[in-house]
Order: sequence, then C-alpha cells, then structure tokens
Amino acid sequence: MSTVLGIETSCDETGIGIVSDGELLGQALASSMAEHARFGGVVPEIAARAHLEALPSVLRAALDDAGLTVSDIDAVAVTAGPGLASALHVGVAAAKALCLATGAPLYAVHHAAGHVAADLLEHGPLPARCVVLIVSGGHTSLVQVDDLARDPIVHLGDTLDDAAGEAFDKVARLLELPYPGGPSVDAAAREGDPDAIRFPRALSNRQGGQRFAFSFSGLKTAVARHVDSLTRPLTARIVADVAASFQEAVVDSLVSKSLDACGHVGARTLLIVGGVAANRRLSEVAADRCARAGVELRVPRPALCTDNGAMIAAVGDLLVRAGRPASPLEVGADPSAPLTRAALA
Amino acid sequence: MLLLAFDTATPHVTVALHDGTRTLATYDGEGSMRHGELLAPGITHVLARAGADVGEVTDLVVGVGPGPYTGLRVGVVTGRTLAAALGVRASGVCSLDGLAASAREDGVALPFVAASDARRKEVYWARYDSAGRRVRGPYVDLPAALADQLVGGEQVVGRGARLYADVLPAADGPLDPRAASMAAAVADGLVETLPLEPLYLRRPDAAEPAERTRAT
Repeated sequence: MSTVLGIETSCDETGIGIVSDGELLGQALASSMAEHARFGGVVPEIAARAHLEALPSVLRAALDDAGLTVSDIDAVAVTAGPGLASALHVGVAAAKALCLATGAPLYAVHHAAGHVAADLLEHGPLPARCVVLIVSGGHTSLVQVDDLARDPIVHLGDTLDDAAGEAFDKVARLLELPYPGGPSVDAAAREGDPDAIRFPRALSNRQGGQRFAFSFSGLKTAVARHVDSLTRPLTARIVADVAASFQEAVVDSLVSKSLDACGHVGARTLLIVGGVAANRRLSEVAADRCARAGVELRVPRPALCTDNGAMIAAVGDLLVRAGRPASPLEVGADPSAPLTRAALA
Repeated sequence: MLLLAFDTATPHVTVALHDGTRTLATYDGEGSMRHGELLAPGITHVLARAGADVGEVTDLVVGVGPGPYTGLRVGVVTGRTLAAALGVRASGVCSLDGLAASAREDGVALPFVAASDARRKEVYWARYDSAGRRVRGPYVDLPAALADQLVGGEQVVGRGARLYADVLPAADGPLDPRAASMAAAVADGLVETLPLEPLYLRRPDAAEPAERTRAT
C-alpha cells in the first residue's frame, strides 16, 4: 500500500494532503484569499509569493497531521494545471524537490480531476460511471467520468464565457457584497425571494450543439441592467431578492443540464464538485431534483469542495493503485491544460 | 562537505556540485520560461555525473535573485523543500554576487558593477569594490539611471550590461552567474550568505478596483 502526498497551488490556496488507499491520512492548508480581497480578485503575483512563503510550514503541518515523516512518502502528486502559471510553478517545483529528496515518483495531475477525486475521500470509491459537474471560480464543466485513473474524461460541456463562481463574484460587486461572491451572495439570498425577478436561463434549449454548455455573461448583464434601474440606496430586501433570483437562475441551469447529461450518458450518479458546490441553494435544489429523477447525488463536504491538497493526493493514489506511469522530472506546469485525463504527461 | 548550488534568477538554469575544494559536476541549461522543467533534471544530472547520492549533500546554496520572479521562485522553493526533506543547511546568495564571482573567475578587473536583466527595460545591479565586496545594491533601475551613477571608467558586467550596451560600458565577461562560481565563493567564505528569501525588489503589480466596477 502506497502513501501519496499531494500538492495544490493552482490559485490562492496552498494545500498539501496525504492519502493512502483512498483514505485521507492528514492535510494542511494556507490561503492568501484575504490578501486579494481588496483587489476584488486573485492577483497572480501575490498568490505565487504567498505559496512560496506558506509551503514549508504547510508541508510540515500536513506530515504532522498524518503522523508521518518525509521518508514515509511513496509518491508525490501535484497540480500541474490548469491554473495561474506563476502559482502552479511553485507547487510543481516543490513536488519535484520532494521527489529528488526521497526518490519517490512524481504524478502531474489535472486540477479538476482532483475535485472529482475529493469525493471518494468522503463517500468511498466512485461508481463505474458518473456525470460530474465541476463548478468553481475558474471552471464550469460537465464531464462523464468512468475509471478516473484509466479512462479518458469525456467532456460534455463547458461554460462559453464566465465560470459560475466568477458570475457570483461579479454580481456580488454589483450588489456591493464582499469578495468572494459565492458565500456572500449565498448568505444575502437566504432572506430573498428566488422568484422575485425572472432572470434568463441561457442555452436552455435541449436541441442543438449547446445542450450541455453554460453561459453566465448574459445573466450577469441582466442583473447589472436590473440593478442600474433600481433607486439608491439599495435596501437589504432588494439586495436579497436580486441575490436569490440570480442564484436561482444559476442553480436552475446547473442542475437542469446536469440531470439531462445523466440521462444522456446513462449515469445513475451525479457528482457536484468545486468551490460552488458549497453553495447551499445548489445542494438543496440538486438533492430535490436528483431524488425525483432517481439519480444518486454526491457532494463532498465544503472543506473538500474548495481547493486543497488532499484531492490531489487522492488522484495520485488512484494513479499509483492503477499502476499508471509516473511523470518525468522534466514535466512543466501547464496553465491551460485541457481536462482529458486525470494524469497530465 | 558536499555542496549543491543552483541559480534560477536569470534566463539560465545553472547547477553545480562542489566538495569544498573543487567542482565535481555542473549543469547549465538555457531556460527562459523553462526553469521549472530544467532545474530538477539538472540536479539529477550533476549528482549522477559525480556519482553522488542526494542523501550525501550537506549544504545547499541557492541564488535568491534579484531576478524575474517565476524562475526565481522555482529555485527558492526547490532549495527550501530540499532543505526540509534532507535536513541540511541551506543558504541564499545574491545572484548578482554569483555573477560577480563568475566575472572574477573570468578575469574581469575589479572594481565593477554587475547587472542582470530586470525586464520592463530595467536592470538589477550591484557594485563591487576592489576587494570584490558588494558595497552597493542590489537595486533595480533604468539603464540610463545606472549609467548616471557609474564612477569614472567603471565597467558593467553581465546580461544587463550586454542588453543595454548603448548606454552602459559592457565588460567582456559572463552573461549570467555560474553555480560553480557561487559554490566556490561560498566554500571559500568570499560571499555573504543570506536567508533563503527571494530578493524581489519590487512590489506585486496590482491596482485596487475603482469605487464600483461595472459588469461588462
């Protein structure tokens, strides 16, 4: 049985996790999110500097949490892409240094495959086939996953413009809610009426080539137009209604297309992963509609939904157990890596 | 003593293994934008060439810049992680001190200024006195601003000088630091060792958004 250490530095979280045979042994996380807040988005250079500062202590904390030392590590997995180039390079270089020091093999993996694998740490092995909605600040994709370690990942659809999480950030700014927008819009929406305003659901036509694609820029513009038409100052009631109605439109698109995809590829399980999976309304609506459609819904707990090292270790653990080849030490970071397989290079 | 030295603060990736008296093996790769790909294989290469095991390394010497950040961080995080995993001493060396050490090995006469490419039409630079000690810098400046601060007949060595040879009196010498010179200078106690912290010299570029950003 192998012990795999995973490193994640693709955005603003420095995460290291240690997994063996599908079991999470320990992990640690540092975040530079607070340093980015006043800029309204992640500043790559600030994120990269923070990764460099945080890595040694996060490594120590993860090993301590697992009660292990570096010499217990049998393989190292790292997010090689996609993500912010300057941030990815820090994690990839750290992973290679660990491999140099220990002789452990390196596994360069796709960040989004990590989000998928996160769920097995909580709910056990993935089914033979599932549809995965990967929804975060940087991604909104529907994919078909069979054997994550061995089979290609089948892309069903992506966002044509903004990622769902990005739309939350932009709408938060319109409503003068704090960054990051996901949690702040979610919180504001609790007091609001999701049916107050009927915002558009883009690409809801099931015919044609955009059946599993998403688009949120038109929705965001509709919210901007609506907000501009309102008299100032915005009352808490109005903010709550706009937030709830916007969120409902996003959630409706996400869940409708996910269930349509399950039917299309014959999957009995829907997995929702990524930072936006922590959205309360998304879980509610998905749970309700999956139950009615007879589809099993799996959503990892919020701490596993946001970026972390454990999920990358989980992918590495799958690759090791499947006997997949390791990556060469020459492998580079790939900031725009397409999601075609869990292993990159 | 087995000293592993490397620098990634220039377009070059340079690695050397030194036993305290002589260089055992070196690796030099042209790595602009490829530091992350070249450094680890470069380290494997020098260890293999010297027939040494990584576990025998007793000291790490890492160039801490100044230099373009992404490459610089590859070297620093590699040094920090190796130090943590191997439990060995790690020291930083100003990459301009490394360049100056290489220049002296190549016979460039002191005193001189060492300059590297800081991009954005600027150079990183430091001044070395007749004993080879860094007496000013590191700084980041426009080449013309550095030219104004040169004292009579002073030559400038390095890629920064070669790039702006129209404004700076470029000496015949190395373009970039060689890890072998850095290792020798540390082994001989000729350079100041620093914490393993990058010398960024500039703050991150980031502007706070205006009052309210319109969605587009």
